[in-house]
Amino acid sequence: MRGRTHPVEAVAAWLLALVWLAPLAYAFWSALHPAAYATSFSLSAPFTLENFARAWKQAPFARYYLNTIVLVTLVLAGQLILSTLAAYAFARFRFRGSGIAFALVLLQLMIMPDVLIVENYRAIAKLGLLDTIPAIALPYLASAFGIFLLRQTFKSVPQELVEAARVEGAGPLGILWWVYVPLARPTYIAFGLVSVSYHWNNFLWPLIVTNSVEARPLTVGLAVFGAPETGVDWSVITAATVMTMAPLLIAFLLFQRQFVQSFMRAGIR
Amino acid sequence: MTDAAVSPPVAERRAGSQAWWNAVNAWLLLLPAAVLLVAFTHWPILATIRHSLFITRRNGTEVFVGLDSYQAMAADPIFWKALINNFWFALGTIPTSIALALLMAIWVNRNMRGRGFLRLAYFTPTVLPMIAVANIWLFFYTPDYGALDQLRSLFGLGGWNWLGDPSTVMGCLIVMVIWKEAGFFMIFYLAALQQLSPDLDEAASIEGASRWYIFRRITFPLLMPTTLFVAINAVINSFKLVDHLVIMTKGGPNNASTLLLYYIYEVAFTFQDSSYAATLTVVLLILLSAVALIKFGYLDRRIHYQ
Repeated sequence: MRGRTHPVEAVAAWLLALVWLAPLAYAFWSALHPAAYATSFSLSAPFTLENFARAWKQAPFARYYLNTIVLVTLVLAGQLILSTLAAYAFARFRFRGSGIAFALVLLQLMIMPDVLIVENYRAIAKLGLLDTIPAIALPYLASAFGIFLLRQTFKSVPQELVEAARVEGAGPLGILWWVYVPLARPTYIAFGLVSVSYHWNNFLWPLIVTNSVEARPLTVGLAVFGAPETGVDWSVITAATVMTMAPLLIAFLLFQRQFVQSFMRAGIR
Repeated sequence: MTDAAVSPPVAERRAGSQAWWNAVNAWLLLLPAAVLLVAFTHWPILATIRHSLFITRRNGTEVFVGLDSYQAMAADPIFWKALINNFWFALGTIPTSIALALLMAIWVNRNMRGRGFLRLAYFTPTVLPMIAVANIWLFFYTPDYGALDQLRSLFGLGGWNWLGDPSTVMGCLIVMVIWKEAGFFMIFYLAALQQLSPDLDEAASIEGASRWYIFRRITFPLLMPTTLFVAINAVINSFKLVDHLVIMTKGGPNNASTLLLYYIYEVAFTFQDSSYAATLTVVLLILLSAVALIKFGYLDRRIHYQ
């Protein structure tokens, strides 16, 4: 259905795109103009960064940024290492119980840690980790999704390369490091982008296990900051909202193609 | 000496030790992920079921109560409200966002001017945090002052408390979630469309078939596996998406917008009743398992006919 496009359709496609961008455009408008212009659109409205300055002053956003960056780095590093090892086990070794083990891994695709909040909270409390960044990361470090994606990729690694490495004297871990990992680069990028955006945006679990500025990620910080009780100006809240989503948004605009392809790659299972 | 000279028992023993060595290697590689998966997925599932059969006394001792909590749940109107809301939420968001996603994908897949921009516009909401989205939309729905009421005032209509009225709150949240999700689903359709052979509709259009006919009889059936895949994901998402409730409505007014996972969160962490929260979680687990059964038991066998 590539061919010609009816003009009516083109207009409809553009209208939908504008409608889709409107909420975001509105957020930027409100964040970049004085509160008086939050609802009245006028071309003469003065441009200002005051809302950002006030949001930055009124809440420890620098600390929230740091927490989120530490969190997504920790989660991604853990996921990459654990998924690589597990996927390698499933893709390369034939062993008794592998079918059942793999089915048990896949279970996490359906029943994610996101819905097991009650028991995971108990577990984190027992470990004495409440209100720490590792507490947010821990339930997500073993990712069924990562294991699944990498296993698919590893299975397509040509056996000749594996044999060649073995002849050179590489052991199981050497083969993984020198043959499998380099060939799976696109999968790593895809998984990495999906994982970082997921954990940058994650909210409910961090809200439950954190209770202090030192552990809160940006999303939770934003929710605390924007709570109606605080009586903060609407424009300042929008500025904080824009700050929360800006890094991902900028990364997305810069690497649009990679993002879209990664989500695609991650989706085709 | 050839291989044939090796006596069978030796060969068998060698193969046996090879298999044993393979298994050791594999389990060692699996171990770190397995420990964490068991600790934060499998064990919690079993613990949830166990805790739903006990209550915790004030002094911390656990008492076995059998199915009492389930009976209490069956008599809890908020539980039923949350379950029914979940159903309407899924019904309101899934078909519309899938239809929009398909439409977007078809447009973006064309050689249309500015298709890069269109793709960007449709996909952007996907990368935003739900909590930021909730903040933005909260303002749209603010009575009088918000964008929606400003728009209404242009037509001489009065203000309306969109999120404060049980009859409009769910609709408002559904519209927002459709906006957030459609671009995400578009990606899967786009991937599928790019793999379809262009010969198919070329052949059909030479035959003089109309565009709608080509879509209905060729494109849409070929996209069926994608539609089912997206639908399953959308159903799972509809049980997980509750972030926005924390900011926008807290499940209100009068529980009109509460969803099962949000109710679990409230029961566990606001009312501090973790036994009842476990009971409610069991229901959620059963629902998710049903989705899993449909996917793995039924659809996966039928989808891969391509």
